[in-house]
Amino acid sequence: MNEITSESKQMKNTDDEWEPKILAFLCNWCSYAGADLAGVSRIQYPPNIRVVRVPCSGRINPYFIVKALLDGWDGVLVSGCHPGDCHYLTGNLVARRRFGILKDLLEFFGIEPDRVNFMWASAAEGERFAVLIRKTTKLVKKMGPNKKFEKKW
Amino acid sequence: MGDIESENQDIENSIKELARNLLRDKEVDVIIGYTKGTVPLSSSPVFITREEDTDKLLWNNLCYVNLANYLAPRIPKLYDEEGQKLKVGIVAKGCVGRALIHLAVENQINFENIKMIGISCNGIINRKRIEKEIGEREILETSILGNSIIVKGRDFEETFPFDEYLNELCKVCKVKSPPNVDDSCVGECLENPVIEDDFNDISDFESKTSEEKWVYIKDTLSACTRCYACREVCPMCYCNLCFVDQNKPIWFGKTTDFTDIFAFHFNRAMHLAGRCVACGACSSVCPMGIDLNLITRKLEKIVKERYNFTSGMDKETVPPMMSFSMDDKEEFMMEED
Ligand code: SF4
Ligand code: SF4
Ligand code: SF4
Repeated sequence: MNEITSESKQMKNTDDEWEPKILAFLCNWCSYAGADLAGVSRIQYPPNIRVVRVPCSGRINPYFIVKALLDGWDGVLVSGCHPGDCHYLTGNLVARRRFGILKDLLEFFGIEPDRVNFMWASAAEGERFAVLIRKTTKLVKKMGPNKKFEKKW
Repeated sequence: MGDIESENQDIENSIKELARNLLRDKEVDVIIGYTKGTVPLSSSPVFITREEDTDKLLWNNLCYVNLANYLAPRIPKLYDEEGQKLKVGIVAKGCVGRALIHLAVENQINFENIKMIGISCNGIINRKRIEKEIGEREILETSILGNSIIVKGRDFEETFPFDEYLNELCKVCKVKSPPNVDDSCVGECLENPVIEDDFNDISDFESKTSEEKWVYIKDTLSACTRCYACREVCPMCYCNLCFVDQNKPIWFGKTTDFTDIFAFHFNRAMHLAGRCVACGACSSVCPMGIDLNLITRKLEKIVKERYNFTSGMDKETVPPMMSFSMDDKEEFMMEED
């Protein structure tokens, strides 16, 4: 019935509604543990994120984010410890400088800024983690599939 | 003030005189400046070591190369036969001065060996725009007459108003002479400059919708052939191995498919945030006539607004990408509703 299009490769839920795929970079010390807490506390959140564990949000090179978008991820999320709580003291502050510039530049180049999101979540904030994942998923879903970067050859 | 033609003459005379004095007094061993280009609509860099050669120096509004590039670490530094480091005099318009200062901030050059020959730059011609308007016809000669640019070919002669055909960056430039740091500047220099910039020139573009911006960026950058002339000419692009040449891992494709072009230009912009000194050299050398100045201006605006920083103004302020603060703005971080 359905033609095989690039869309059919995307995830489908039972309502046959399009669901975004979001690549989530979580820092080992806070956000990854926060996600864990959300899990063991059985807090529900959408299954749209695919997690990559990184040592620190300061490990995030802008290349990771650009590359994810070029590879067709509908959204990218980076989550780290709250300012002041970084396991390496200042990794997240360094990251925050990069994120600010990255976000402004994405917007300037005409990429919907909501595709790339940044958040803080501590190891104790399972609830907050779930809430913000719901929020990201909603934001990215509103934007529709990431089609800007289809490679022609 | 007189017209552009006489301004140029004044600037050129002062460059020659200062260069001659520096060489005569043995304050410097070599002068880096501009001389006549080998093709029309250009100028060439020149290295001068003898007093009598200073007559070769010129100033003609086509001196678009940022001479700081010749001191950037990627280019072999200047040594004499015995391997002694040479003292360098360098003809410095505002953005060359800024580039030198920023290179010093990044610990790449040492001001002890540098003398800036400061001039009050009166702007660089947008040669790409002129080339575009002349089209297929061959340009044989260009000159400045009064306030116009005269372009001559075999059987044509065209006149362009100078003010209009300036580089976009020169039109809004606020730092026309090099800031004087460590008393290394002679001639026209700025003492403790404070600049105000409203960035009105890019507000039009910024008010476009996401989609419109994307279309514009895509249209403009699609012409890019990935020749990397813009990178080679940039005094801040001194990496030994640029990310696009890296092959372990290969971060981004090397084709001219738009996705790969985007990756190059976007990441290049990221690397230059808070470092670019708005010299416009990258746009002047692009063989495809791509105007990268829009991106340059945005970078300046971002670092000004977010971190209150302007690159290359003094040696003390730490650039934003080299530091951080607990109270940086973070309005972009996602919060619970
Ligand atoms: S990016 Fe362009 S304008 Fe900025 S410093 Fe480099 S060459 Fe100059
Ligand atoms: S584009 Fe980036 S990696 Fe390449 S030379 Fe410039 S600063 Fe270095
Ligand atoms: S100089 Fe122009 S064509 Fe060459 S890489 Fe830069 S933007 Fe592309």
